[in-house]
Amino acid sequence: MKMRFVELAVGVFVLLGVAALFYLAVQVSNITDYRDGDTYEVTAYFSNVGGLKVRAPVNISGVRVGRVADIRYDPEAFEAKVTLAIRSEHDYLPADTQASIHTAGLLGEQYVALEPGGDYDTLQDGDRILFTQSAVVLENLIGRFMTNMGDD
Amino acid sequence: MHAPRREGRRVRIPGDSNVSQSASAETPHIVVEDLHFRRGRKPIFDGLSLEVPRGRVTTVMGPSGSGKTTLLRLIGGQLRPDAGRILVDGEEIGRLSTRRLYAVRKRMGLLFQTGALLTDLSVFENVAFPLREHTELPEDILRTLVLMKLEAVGLRAARDMDPAELSGGMARRVALARALALDPELIMYDEPFTGLDPITMGQIVTLIRRTNHSLGLTSVLVSHDVNEAMSISDHVVLIAEGRAVDAGPPDALQARASDWSAQFLEGRPDGPVPFHYPGASYQDDLLDAGGRNHD
Amino acid sequence: MIDAIASVGRFSLDALAVLGRASMFLLRIFAALDAVVRRFGLTVWQVYSVGVRSVLIVVVAGLFVGMVLAYQGYITLVDFGAAEALGGVVALSLVRELGPVVTALLFAGRAGSALTAELGLMKTTEQLSAMEMMAVNPYRRVFAPRFVAGFLSMPLLAAMFSAVGVMGGYIVGVGLLGVDSGAYFSQMQAVTDWNEDVMSGVIKSIVFGFVVSWIAVFQGMDATPTSEGISRATTQTVVVSSLAVLGLDFILTGLMFGGN
Repeated sequence: MKMRFVELAVGVFVLLGVAALFYLAVQVSNITDYRDGDTYEVTAYFSNVGGLKVRAPVNISGVRVGRVADIRYDPEAFEAKVTLAIRSEHDYLPADTQASIHTAGLLGEQYVALEPGGDYDTLQDGDRILFTQSAVVLENLIGRFMTNMGDD
Repeated sequence: MHAPRREGRRVRIPGDSNVSQSASAETPHIVVEDLHFRRGRKPIFDGLSLEVPRGRVTTVMGPSGSGKTTLLRLIGGQLRPDAGRILVDGEEIGRLSTRRLYAVRKRMGLLFQTGALLTDLSVFENVAFPLREHTELPEDILRTLVLMKLEAVGLRAARDMDPAELSGGMARRVALARALALDPELIMYDEPFTGLDPITMGQIVTLIRRTNHSLGLTSVLVSHDVNEAMSISDHVVLIAEGRAVDAGPPDALQARASDWSAQFLEGRPDGPVPFHYPGASYQDDLLDAGGRNHD
Repeated sequence: MIDAIASVGRFSLDALAVLGRASMFLLRIFAALDAVVRRFGLTVWQVYSVGVRSVLIVVVAGLFVGMVLAYQGYITLVDFGAAEALGGVVALSLVRELGPVVTALLFAGRAGSALTAELGLMKTTEQLSAMEMMAVNPYRRVFAPRFVAGFLSMPLLAAMFSAVGVMGGYIVGVGLLGVDSGAYFSQMQAVTDWNEDVMSGVIKSIVFGFVVSWIAVFQGMDATPTSEGISRATTQTVVVSSLAVLGLDFILTGLMFGGN
C-alpha cells in the first residue's frame, strides 16, 4: 500500500527525469546532428576560415546536407584544410562544386555553402573541392571599401 | 574531607565471584578480566573484573558516571577495551572480526534506556525489524512471531502505533519485545527503571523476571535503583572508580557490606565516596581564583 | 600573534581530521554498496524522500529562472538586433551552469539538510546504536541507500530544472516578448551541443549529487548527539555543500570549457 505508492512515485520521478533529458536532447540540443548516418568526406582548402567551427552546418541552397568534420591548418599548402562530412544520399554533387564560407546574419554563426557546378563526374569520398571562397572578414571588407573610396 | 580508604574498597572480589559461580554449575556467560578503558583522558575502567553467571539475573550497580552504560557497550562490542579482555561465551569481544561480532550480537539483546525504537517504523515493524533483517521468514509466520513477542510485553494492541505515540514505559516494553525477537541467550538492560512511575516500574520488574525465568536467558542489568535491582537479581556487582568493589547475592551483600557498599546501598550522601568531586581544596581554589583576578 | 598562529594550526588539524573521517566514511559506504543492489527497495524509498519530494521546488525554481533568463537575455540581445538568439542564450545558460548548480543548491537546502537532521536525530536517539546491537550494519541499512538515492536523484532533478527552464524561457520570450517561436528553438539547437553542453551539464550534476549526498550523510553520522549538535550539523551541510558545489563548478567549468 504505502510501499506501492512510493514505488509508483519513484517510477514517475525517474520517467520524468529521463523525459527531461530526452527533451534536452531532441528539442534543445543538436543531437540529431549525431545521427547523420552514413556520410562521405570531402576536403576543401580556404585561405581564411574566419570563425568557422567544427560541426557547423554544410548547406546547399540553404538546405542542410552535412557538417564540418574537421578544421586544421595544412602547413604544406599554407591554407586551412576543412573536412566536410556530407550525408551519403547527397552523392550527386558535381566535381566542380564550389564551397564558400558564409555568415548567417550580420553577426551570426558561420557555415559552409555548396554551389553545385556542371561537371558529370561527382564528388567521391576523399575528394577535394577545388573551387573555394574564403570567409568574408569584416575588417578586410571595410578596408577595401575605404581604399576604393580613395581611388574615386 | 576524608582521605579515600582505598584498601577498604578492594574487598575479596575473587572469593565473591567464586561463590556465585559455584551456585550455578555452569561456566559464566560473561567474563570481564582486568578491563581498562578510558574516554579521552578520563579513565572509566581501571582493572575491572567481574563474571556474569549463565541463566541468572545479574545487576551491575554503581553511582552515576561509574561507566555502567559503557560496560554494556563494551560487552556489545560497540567500544573496544584499551586493555584486558571481555569474554562472552568464551569469545573475546574486542578481537572479533566484524562478521564474527555481528554473529555474536545476534545472540544478545540490548535494551537502551530510551528504548531507541526506529522512529520511522510502527511498533509492529520495530519488533519485526530484526526478523526481517536476519531471517527470510514468510509474512504469516513473521506476523505470528511478532504478535507473540508483543503479547509477552502486553502491547499486542498497540502494534499499529508510532513510537512517538508511546509513553516511556511502553517504548521500553516494545524495545524489550524487539530485543527478544531473535530469541537471544543474553539480554542487557540499560537503566530499565529510570524515570518510570511506580506502576510501570512494577510492570518492567515483572517483565524482566518473567523473561528470565520462562526463557532461561542470562540477564544483565545496569542500574542505580537499589531496591528494584536487589529485588530481582540473583547476583549483584558493585562498581566504583573503575573497579568492582563488591559482588555476591543480594542478601549476602547487604549482610556483610563493606563501607562503600553500605554507603551506596543505604544511600548516604557522604562516606567513602566523597560528596565533593575530587580536586584541589576549597580554600586553595578560592585563594587561587582571587589571585588570578588581581592579575 | 602566537595565539593566532596556534588557532590556524588547530583549525587546520580539525579540518584534516574531519576530512579523514569523511573519507573513511565514504570508503565504508563503498564497501556497503552491494547491500544497495541486494535490497534496492530501501534505496527506492530514499529516492522518494530525497528526490520525489524535491521535484516541486526544483520545477518551480527552474520555471522562474528560465523566465528571468529570457527577460534579461532579451534586454541585452535586442540592443544588438539579435533577439532571435534568445533561445540559445537561455538554453546554454541553463544546461551548462544554472541547471546543475541551482539544482544542487536547492537540493542541499531541501534534501541535504533533511538527511542530516534525520540521521543526526537517529544517532542522538541511539537508533543507529540499537541497529548495530541488533547486528544490523547501519552503513548497509541506513547510510548507503541514502547516499545512493541522493546521487541518483540529482542528475534527474537537474535535467527537469533545465527542461522546465527552457519552457519558462519560451513562455516569456515567445509568449510575452514576441520572439519567433521557430527561431527560439532553431537558435537553441544551433548553439547547444549534445556532447559539449548537455552531457557536461549532466556530468556536473552527477558530481554535485555525489558531493552533496556525501556531505549530508556524513554530517548526520558525525553530528554531536545533542539538539545543538544536530542544528549545527544541518547548517554545516547547507553551507559546506553550497560552497563545495560552487567551487567544484568553477573547476569543472574550467576543465570542460576552458580548453576552447
